[in-house]
Amino acid sequence: MNAPIPALPPDEPAAAPPPPPQLFLDFWSGIGQNNPVFVQMLGLCPALAVSNSVTNGLAMGVATLFVLVCSSFLISAVRNYIANEVRLCSYILIIATFVTVADMVLAAWFPEISKALGPFIPLIVVNCIILGRAEAFAGKVGPARAVADAIGMGLGFMLALLMVSAFRELLGSGSLLGFNILGPRYEPWVFMVMPPGGFLTLGLIFLFMGWRMDRDARRAKEGKA
Amino acid sequence: MSGDQEPRTVPAVPQAEPSVPASRLLMTLAFGGAFAGLLIAYVYEKTLPAIQKYADAKIEGAVNEVLGKPARLETLYLVGDKLSKTPPAGVELREVTKAYVGFDDKGARVGVAVEAAEPGFVDEVRLMVGFDPATSMLTGFSMLGQKETPGLGDKVEKDMTFVGAFRGKVAPLKGTKSTATDASTVQTLTGATISSRTVIQIINHAVALWQPRLQALEKEGVQ
Repeated sequence: MNAPIPALPPDEPAAAPPPPPQLFLDFWSGIGQNNPVFVQMLGLCPALAVSNSVTNGLAMGVATLFVLVCSSFLISAVRNYIANEVRLCSYILIIATFVTVADMVLAAWFPEISKALGPFIPLIVVNCIILGRAEAFAGKVGPARAVADAIGMGLGFMLALLMVSAFRELLGSGSLLGFNILGPRYEPWVFMVMPPGGFLTLGLIFLFMGWRMDRDARRAKEGKA
Repeated sequence: MSGDQEPRTVPAVPQAEPSVPASRLLMTLAFGGAFAGLLIAYVYEKTLPAIQKYADAKIEGAVNEVLGKPARLETLYLVGDKLSKTPPAGVELREVTKAYVGFDDKGARVGVAVEAAEPGFVDEVRLMVGFDPATSMLTGFSMLGQKETPGLGDKVEKDMTFVGAFRGKVAPLKGTKSTATDASTVQTLTGATISSRTVIQIINHAVALWQPRLQALEKEGVQ
């Protein structure tokens, strides 16, 4: 899987007849073609650690989406006022502020989820997706494009978390979102909700993605020939 | 370096881009920090009541659970090493160690609930322990917080047979791997040996620590 990891999508839209609007391209890039987890391989730590149940994966996804959108917007809005020398410092300050807000809001109104996610909410500060998008995208373009990109990347991250966590919860606890699916006679495969299950699941998904990319590349080649 | 064409004087630092005055960098960060501080302080103020309400509700739920929904609850406060029925003055009540005494509708004491915590297999295990100080008989325990291994150690919270087995046992408890035979033995869980032992140990220590305090208070009441 040697997918190029473009920091910035091309500024000029593709040459297809009605070129989709730039904002849509920015948005869509994070969900598919530049998915933060499956393609850019960023944010793998939370993708492994809190994907043992769909509830946790969803909550982590929402919290990250919130932080990503807020910080991308703010960074993009003030990008011309931040001197290059202190830009990383300022980005981290902005990101950490929104993470703290998300952490307190979760603790106040969703205490069970907050307890289940433990230290992984504060750790969003060091999630590479967020600083990566700030540095590679939000710090260089206007707020509208930055927000479109952040929503796309955030949803892409959430999608990845949901895929991994649904697989792990179904096999590891026999349930989805806490509702028992596989019935009382299913002996939960506890291994799947423990850390090795996360690695195994993510590995299987990467394998599948790699196989599909390979196949697509081969087909494209055959089509051209 | 070899191949230098001519001797040079001290090379000037290359001025690639005009440097930004330090005062501006400071201003940027100071402004950012101030904004961040204000936002966080505001959200903290807004969320604190809900966070504390949840913590209180959790303690109350655990007390009711281990004492079997008593008709009346009395709170005892630990001041120094003595229990008192009146809260100490000038101290944040949240910070004071408390014991909760439950009474049934006839006014008879059903038991006392106390918080206790000790390190388990992964992290601290926090329990609400309910017992009768006169007989050391347990009325049960309720998990307040644990991070034991999912699927193995966390059975000490999720396995209801294990949790229920403590009701009616007499401290000090012993753990056994086979079936419990007498009133002081509890069967430990397969795959959660250390976590089960931790629970047993926390309960033993809690009873040993609180029983003298409660008896001292009772004696005082008689005199």
